[in-house]
Amino acid sequence: MEKIYGRTKTIQEDKVSGFCPGCMHSTVIKLIGEVLEEMDLVDKAACVLGIGCCGLHMDYIAYDNTTAPHGRACAVATGMKRTSPDSLVFTYQGDGDFASIGLAESISAANRGENITVIFINNGIYGMTGGQMAPTTLVGMKATTAPKGRDPKEHGYPMHMCEILNQLTAPAYLVRTSCNNPANVNKTKQAIHKAFQNQLDGKGFSMVEIVTSCPTNWGLDPMKSLDYIEEKMLPEFPLGVIRDR
Amino acid sequence: METNLCVAGFGGQGVMTLGKFLADATCNSTDKNVTFFPSYGAEQRGGTANCFVVISDEAIGAPLGDVMDDLIVMNGPSLAKFIGTLKSGGTLFINSSIVSDDIGRVDVKLVKAPVTELALEMGNAKVLNVIMLGVYVGYTEVIQPDIVWNTIEHKLASKPKLLPLNKQAFEKGLELGRAQK
Amino acid sequence: MARVFMKGCEAIAEAAVRAGCRFFAGYPITPQNEIPEYFSRRLPEVGGVFVQGESEVASVNMVYGAASAGTRSMTSSSSPGIALKSEGISYCAAARIPMVYANISRGGPGVGSIQPAQMDYFQATKASGNGGFQMLVFAPSTVQEAVDMTYKAFDYADRDRNPVLILADGVIGTMMEPVVLPEMKSDEEVAAIKASKQGWACVGHQLDYANRSWIQPGQWSTLKMQEANEDAAALYESWKKDVQVEEYQVADAEIVLTAYGISARICKSAVDLLRAQGIKAGLIRPITVHPFPYESYDHIDYNKCKAVLDVEMSIPAQFVTDVAVGVKDRCPIETCLCSGGNIMSRDKVIAAAKKIMEGK
Repeated sequence: MEKIYGRTKTIQEDKVSGFCPGCMHSTVIKLIGEVLEEMDLVDKAACVLGIGCCGLHMDYIAYDNTTAPHGRACAVATGMKRTSPDSLVFTYQGDGDFASIGLAESISAANRGENITVIFINNGIYGMTGGQMAPTTLVGMKATTAPKGRDPKEHGYPMHMCEILNQLTAPAYLVRTSCNNPANVNKTKQAIHKAFQNQLDGKGFSMVEIVTSCPTNWGLDPMKSLDYIEEKMLPEFPLGVIRDR
Repeated sequence: METNLCVAGFGGQGVMTLGKFLADATCNSTDKNVTFFPSYGAEQRGGTANCFVVISDEAIGAPLGDVMDDLIVMNGPSLAKFIGTLKSGGTLFINSSIVSDDIGRVDVKLVKAPVTELALEMGNAKVLNVIMLGVYVGYTEVIQPDIVWNTIEHKLASKPKLLPLNKQAFEKGLELGRAQK
Repeated sequence: MARVFMKGCEAIAEAAVRAGCRFFAGYPITPQNEIPEYFSRRLPEVGGVFVQGESEVASVNMVYGAASAGTRSMTSSSSPGIALKSEGISYCAAARIPMVYANISRGGPGVGSIQPAQMDYFQATKASGNGGFQMLVFAPSTVQEAVDMTYKAFDYADRDRNPVLILADGVIGTMMEPVVLPEMKSDEEVAAIKASKQGWACVGHQLDYANRSWIQPGQWSTLKMQEANEDAAALYESWKKDVQVEEYQVADAEIVLTAYGISARICKSAVDLLRAQGIKAGLIRPITVHPFPYESYDHIDYNKCKAVLDVEMSIPAQFVTDVAVGVKDRCPIETCLCSGGNIMSRDKVIAAAKKIMEGK
């Protein structure tokens, strides 16, 4: 029988995912791998992983990678891309990493228009450390450090990174996608493709924000997590292209 | 043989440049050891400025000596601040335009030069430091005057229009310094 | 070679460029601003890259990235800024990334004072970040030494794949002194150094899980983490051969001064003056403060030596703890200290030595 679909070669064959059931890190890293293969960029890939569940990829992916200190991925990628311009340098960061501890590095790299690509995983919660409140946690959403739920009076409101970066002049491409259904998975893949192409074209800073789930820390099963994305996350984080120039 | 010099004045009087010209000339044209150490504060402008130059035949220990062989003061507050560091028998060079010669010590040699007035007479208040450098070199002969002039000429290479004035200022200083030996 | 009259900070930057450094990222802090300023002018002339980071934290991580891609890279700062860099330094040490950084140290703790001090000894030699990693730490006492050490630091960093620290201070950084600059590495040499690292550099490789570039400042496997630490420990152990020290007039000394960096050159001239006055003084000056030349203190004749005088610009004293390990209670250790941005006085050192010799 002819094999028409297989696992991307960029993920080591004998590795079994350690991600929780319903987690979308596996989906996104698969999409990145497929795009790298389709664009024939695997041998140019230099991936800077963030801290947290993102870092688990280091044992799965078969292309070059390093791990930045928590929040510093955009700074590490800056040094890498500036001195190795032929490499395809991209960061892979969660919301705590990109939008909280790394806010200065993220905004500053975007403002300099660094010719790098950021894959930003927004699931509204800290994963590996056990469900603490993130800058993107929804109002009312419970977290282990906000047991009564996020209260705007005390914690402020969820941060919208695409919109914040859209205040800057330099960024080339800011887009928000999700992986909650097959159509959105396809759109995410197209967005990653475009963001990588931008880097090849020297357009500067591109970011793909992907709204994903964390069933374990949301306390929901995988199917209900998909509903939660649709009903709660996407009204707060509307999908679409925010900047494309 | 080691000479410790302190140059002190207002910010803007060119005391750092004076010290640097002297030290640079020593480096470029002799095999002596030399250090230039600027004291630095938090303010970008104003206040007092001072630097230390050590010229020695031996390896230099502290670039900031405890006791000065020579002291150049360009304003009153600097005299008060540094007169205590001048060794007995040392030489004090004062900008007599604005520094009183009532220095409160009789055990030191005093060399006076009205460099603020002279600079104004020459039409540019900024060359007071070059006049004073001339006075210092003319009096002490710590290094050859032409070596110092070569350094000044080199440093001003990008501003050739300033050379005649600076030459005049340096030579006036040399004359004043030699006259007081 | 011709002497040039250079400020310490600028001489350090020029030495780095001559050693093949082609990436620098830094953030302003007194008294080391002339280092980033110089690099910003100089690196574009040689095809290098300068980035002013948004913070010390970002700057050191840019260096982590550039060095991970195989480029000779450097950062610098002064005491409080160096504390901020400790995160990135620890990551470089853990990931075994060669890089060089300079601390033009000033008064502390906290924001401290902007004038020179030697208050970062423990930080530099014992714990420059989390996790117990170690580095070669060089302490220049002249601008020429700062130049020579910076130039060689890149070779040590590449040899060991480990960070190297130049521990200077605000005097060395801001003073001007004649220097003979080392040879400029050619573009071909610089390219060859970078090419030699492409096997492990994170720049993209043919798809091969086993041989991918994998620069990781940690491990998920505790077994592998222990192995990594054992490898690092073996490296640190191998540095015994790299110890550098200056022993001056120690053999017959009745009093041995000991100091590093700027304090040491002041002590050396104090030794000469004490000898001229009939006091047999000597000096032990660690040039590498890590690894520390403990054995040098075995060269003191303890039958003659009345005391060791520890001289440092730190209150409380820090360097003295390593001196004590070397002296091993064979004679008393006295201290001569200043702090807060005040520079060590030669007269004060001489007075302290005389006081000991007169038994007062």
